[in-house]
Amino acid sequence: MKFVDEFRDADTAHALAAKIAALCEPGRQYKLMEVCGGHTHTIYKHGLEDYLPESVTLVHGPGCPVCVIPMGRVDDAMALASEPDVIMTSFGDMMRVPGSNGSFFDAKAAGTDIRMVYSPLDSLKIARNNPDKRVVFMAIGFETTAPSTAMTIMRAAQENLRNFSVFCNHVTIIPAIKAILDSPDLRLDGFIGPGHVSTVIGCRPYEFIARDYGKPVVTAGFEPLDILQSIYMLLAQLSEGRSEVENQYARVVPWDGNPTALKVIGETMQLRPYFEWRGLGFISHSALSVREKYAQFDAELLFHVPGVRVADPKACQCGEVLKGVLKPWECKVFGTACTPETPIGTCMVSPEGACAAYYNYGRMNRHRVKEAVTIQVGRP
Amino acid sequence: MTVNRPGGPTGVDEAEDTAGPAQAGWVEQALREHDEHHDHDGPHEHGKQGAVPDREQQVLDRIDRARRRRPKVREERITMSHGAGGKSTHTLIEAIFLDAFRNPLLEPLEDAASLAVGTAQVALTTDSYVVSPLFFPGGDIGELAINGTVNDLAVSGARPLYLSAGFILEEGFPVADLTRIAASMRDAAAAAGVQIVTGDTKVVQRGKADGCYINTAGVGVLDRGAALGVAYAQPGDAIIVSGPIGDHGITIMLARGELDIEADVQSDTAPLNGLIAGLLDAVPGVRAMRDATRGGVATILNEIARAADVGVLVNEDDIPVRPEVRGAAELLGIDPMYVACEGRLVAVVPGDEADQALAALQTHPLGTHASVIGHVTSDSPGLVYLKTAFGGTRIVDLLVGDPLPRIC
Repeated sequence: MKFVDEFRDADTAHALAAKIAALCEPGRQYKLMEVCGGHTHTIYKHGLEDYLPESVTLVHGPGCPVCVIPMGRVDDAMALASEPDVIMTSFGDMMRVPGSNGSFFDAKAAGTDIRMVYSPLDSLKIARNNPDKRVVFMAIGFETTAPSTAMTIMRAAQENLRNFSVFCNHVTIIPAIKAILDSPDLRLDGFIGPGHVSTVIGCRPYEFIARDYGKPVVTAGFEPLDILQSIYMLLAQLSEGRSEVENQYARVVPWDGNPTALKVIGETMQLRPYFEWRGLGFISHSALSVREKYAQFDAELLFHVPGVRVADPKACQCGEVLKGVLKPWECKVFGTACTPETPIGTCMVSPEGACAAYYNYGRMNRHRVKEAVTIQVGRP
Repeated sequence: MTVNRPGGPTGVDEAEDTAGPAQAGWVEQALREHDEHHDHDGPHEHGKQGAVPDREQQVLDRIDRARRRRPKVREERITMSHGAGGKSTHTLIEAIFLDAFRNPLLEPLEDAASLAVGTAQVALTTDSYVVSPLFFPGGDIGELAINGTVNDLAVSGARPLYLSAGFILEEGFPVADLTRIAASMRDAAAAAGVQIVTGDTKVVQRGKADGCYINTAGVGVLDRGAALGVAYAQPGDAIIVSGPIGDHGITIMLARGELDIEADVQSDTAPLNGLIAGLLDAVPGVRAMRDATRGGVATILNEIARAADVGVLVNEDDIPVRPEVRGAAELLGIDPMYVACEGRLVAVVPGDEADQALAALQTHPLGTHASVIGHVTSDSPGLVYLKTAFGGTRIVDLLVGDPLPRIC
């Protein structure tokens, strides 16, 4: 398939892998964090770690939209959904995220009207078609999905649609990265920067990471060769003693981002003073709410939102996993009490979550599998 | 890296510092159950030459034991995941139905049961069809209802003979549509060489069904004497698919019109009995066959790995997928390996007979793109591995429910 296969070419990967290995100093360990859940998904889906030397470890960061939603917020959404005449709409990833009384899927089975949509504009369509219902869109995601929510709010305003609102849970990536950098139990050598977020915010916001923390950042695309190349670029910076922000994904990411997208976010949303992140706790100025000008579309004002905090289950170590302190399999309940079928933590829900990615794709002894694969695949 | 447990210095404990957050009761329950099991987990025999397993391997072994535990339905109500053909469906079938009906004929959970009636060996199967939309590119619910049941009989090695047809119709359903469905069933039955010999009709009030549901049951005769079943797979066996995968599932997703994607795809619904007869004539030693419906090829590979307690290794480059299907799946962020087919065979054959099997399939119009996609191994029993086109390796596990499109 054109524009896909070129970025998955095994020969190019082998060549890059050799260059990566050559850059690694003997005896030195490298820990690189891929911030974005989309990268985590690509890494596992294509088995990219097979190309890396043992001294290079990838740490899976907090950039998975559903993984950072705290349980209390899911309960709030559930409360909204059970209000009379409400149709709750949400992205597919959100459907299995457990609240303290089950997930959207469970609520749907119990009779609550919850519908999966592919775009917030689909929610708008549902609102138009059901004038006697109140349609709420559960908005989640980083700066990547915020512009489409923003556009939807503006469209609803243009149409003067009175039965549509947004339960806004959009979060911003920079405060989360900063929280990770400031966390005392962490040792990272560099960051694979989030590609999709950067199409909106650009690369400039990462400059403080290189400048103030001395860690290189390479904004990367989502095909496996993109990630491999960005690892090469990070290692090159490290071996040359540089710490800069570089853009591997220049074919999509402009250095200054997308001013139009930023403008619509600014038009419809404002920073919250603070917001709770799953496992990371409260982070100031890390999330967005609907601006007053669009208050008639703010579900938090239109409905009673309980806002009860629910503690992350003690046994669940999503926080450490999100910060890269623990690998998914190092969590006590990983794969036994917490599985994709019965997730306790959000990292086990989304295919972008570090735990789900490892459980679904990476749960294996790489050395033994490598042997088996080489022997078997060689057969006629 | 230091592992902080229990609890940890951050995240988890911080929640306690603020004023009394609520606790989720179900989590405590799940953990209690987990701990109970955990106490009984004895030391586990591991690996080769008694090597001391590393910590990651210990965790993998613990997970493997957890996965082999008796399945239990945790939900209080049926969710859509229970019907998707993945883990939730398996759990439901084993924990509720197998538990209630348990008998040696049912236990193999093959596509059809093999029964001795007088001196004859007969195969019996049933399937219900609730597809929406009822009419889609490449077929309709009627054709599906015949081919699906014919295929369930054929993959069990039987010659399909007679079908029943039960209809649940919603008040208000257009008679013209029903006529069209019946005609399509007649044609499909003729093409597959089977007769519809008994039936049933029920009408329910408007809103209690979605237009038209069909159930068909089928009997066939097992006159080849070969014992077939995924449990017979052995290391060294080859795994073959009869053609491009995922056509039906992608067609249905696009036909629902929710995605605003247009692609030139159509359902692959077809009767496989002719193709299978040719295969069995050429390679009587075939170990097992399945038609890849709900849950796709990935689910069948997992069923093979589980039932025969073997490893399965497949090569992504060898799995036939039409570019249109791959493109649509790529856009939606779903894996064609999990997407339903309605006319594709997955066969397990002895490794040294793979070439004959492939040749036999390729002479039939439904098998021209047949391909050996992988092998059965003795390593890592119970797991399916994929050698990716990119050159890496990964697991191909059962999905919990339907593949969900990703956010971004």
